[in-house]
Amino acid sequence: MRRSPLLWISSALVFAFLYIPLIVVVVFSFNNSKLNAEWVGFTFGWYYVLFNDAAMIQAALNSLIIAFVAATLATVLGTMAGIAMHRYRSRFLPFMTLTPLAMPEILLGVSLLIFFISVFGENALSLLTVIIAHTTFCIGFVAIVVRARLSGMDESIFEAARDLGATPWKTFRLVTFPMILPAVIAGALMSFTLSIDDFVITFFTAGAGVPTLPLTIYTMIKISVTPEVNALSTLMMLLTLFLIIVATRVAPDVLQKKQMVNDEAENRA
Amino acid sequence: MALLEIRNVSRRFDDFVAVDHVDFSVNAGEFFTLLGPSGCGKTTLLRMIAGFDQPDEGAIVLDGIDLKDTPPEKRPVHTVFQSYALFPHMTVEQNIAFPLKMARQSEDEIRVKVKNALSQVALNDRAARYPHELSGGQRQRVALARGLVNRPRLLLLDEPLGALDAKLREQMQIELIALQRDIGVTFVFVTHSQAEALALSHRIAVMNHGRIEQLDEPDRLYGAPKNRFVADFIGNVNMHEATGQSGGATLTLLLGKLGQITAPARPGLAVGDAGVFVIRPEQVSIRAASEASPDPNQFVGTVNGFLYIGDVTTYVVDLPDGARLEALLPNSAPGRAKFFELGDPVRVSWKAEAGAFLTS
Repeated sequence: MRRSPLLWISSALVFAFLYIPLIVVVVFSFNNSKLNAEWVGFTFGWYYVLFNDAAMIQAALNSLIIAFVAATLATVLGTMAGIAMHRYRSRFLPFMTLTPLAMPEILLGVSLLIFFISVFGENALSLLTVIIAHTTFCIGFVAIVVRARLSGMDESIFEAARDLGATPWKTFRLVTFPMILPAVIAGALMSFTLSIDDFVITFFTAGAGVPTLPLTIYTMIKISVTPEVNALSTLMMLLTLFLIIVATRVAPDVLQKKQMVNDEAENRA
Repeated sequence: MALLEIRNVSRRFDDFVAVDHVDFSVNAGEFFTLLGPSGCGKTTLLRMIAGFDQPDEGAIVLDGIDLKDTPPEKRPVHTVFQSYALFPHMTVEQNIAFPLKMARQSEDEIRVKVKNALSQVALNDRAARYPHELSGGQRQRVALARGLVNRPRLLLLDEPLGALDAKLREQMQIELIALQRDIGVTFVFVTHSQAEALALSHRIAVMNHGRIEQLDEPDRLYGAPKNRFVADFIGNVNMHEATGQSGGATLTLLLGKLGQITAPARPGLAVGDAGVFVIRPEQVSIRAASEASPDPNQFVGTVNGFLYIGDVTTYVVDLPDGARLEALLPNSAPGRAKFFELGDPVRVSWKAEAGAFLTS
């Protein structure tokens, strides 16, 4: 079948629009100049600056800790929620779990901020509050991936395990969990990437003492955009890309889920 | 003593009565079948025996013990599911070893038993394969081996042959009978296929709308159905509206405009009772209209159609009152497979002791 050249051109334009800014960022991270304006020469210098920037290393550490802990918590809770949504078929549970995903981030950020301050006091904001906040919006994501995986499965497999002598716990450990494992891993990796690049919610819940990478980048570009930011962005891009590739390998249907979440939330509204 | 007793069990889902006061028992070593159309309650009953569902009324008793408070994993009952329900992330070997591991048997014991189970279903060379690498018939055998390996008191089979093609199904039926006979485990088999039920079972309970219509041995079900539903559901049958005329040693029936026939006696029949006369196609003789028949019941009609199966041909005959009658003729005469053509005048007849008059 012949495709119209117009189709080729329009898709090329869309991809250019999506990827040229990213490519520019990557290219200029190797630019031997303090400015992003023009190409001067090739250097690894900005990566050297980046790795010797104590504040930046601290921020990276914070981000990694938050992403790791939040992703772990969200994976455990989200898996449980996903199984519950599948098993109990309630209309209420998915609504409760998935609403935070469809809610504007700024709303979630503000409400969490007010909640933390009114419950834990003025100085409540810390690494912990960021972790709690990130866990909150990752749970729904894990839950929906796990539920999607379960809903495609033959229910009698789980009954067969019980029937053949497995207690409910053993059924979960030996049959259900191994079968949903790809979805669990995918959910964990996606939670990690969502957490590590989150800005809005982190901005409201982190307070002054806990800079994360996105917050630090934001502070830096208010002063001036040096190629150090490009170097950092390039590294974050690589990490995210790596995790997304791994996630899509273990559960190929994962990338469609974000859309599903939004559709579902709209249908309920 | 009966191994399994279903005591007056009922199960309702909202307004729908899935199982309605069902009462029967299964003997040890028996191949017992629950037969009925979809929605008749047979699967619900099976799920209650396995422990996935609870009766609203009545009791399920195994070896004299009420199973009410026994969860599925504690019941000495295993199930072969319609979809086989093999664990997709485990090999054939691991699937079969699963119930033994759950019963905490020793590694050595498990190895020996799995090996035996594998040879019993002729799958030794597939031990390390995963379910998705197997054919339908092989999966079926793994499911059977897995259900039987720990020697349950009772094996439940939920339409296990439904997903197989006709040829394979017949082969599996033969294997199933042999396996049940060799191992001696009691089978409770659920199916909607009357042919399968007749071929496999020692006894069959025919179910409809949550009730048992008749519980009998296969030949009794086929030969002496108690009511219209059973007569119609098991095998092919001719039915004609009839009214009782007089009782005694034989029964005289009035088949509407066709006239009177003589049928086997039936106790407790009042003159004037309305019902149906049923007769199997193979009990109806068919010959050219010009030939005489010694049978007391005979009518002349025309051939409206025929179904040539190979070993037999079923002729559909139009009777003078507009009713249709099927007559079955074996094609055993050498070189002849067709005795009549469309439109041929034929004489259909049957003996006084053939057929039955059913009032329910």
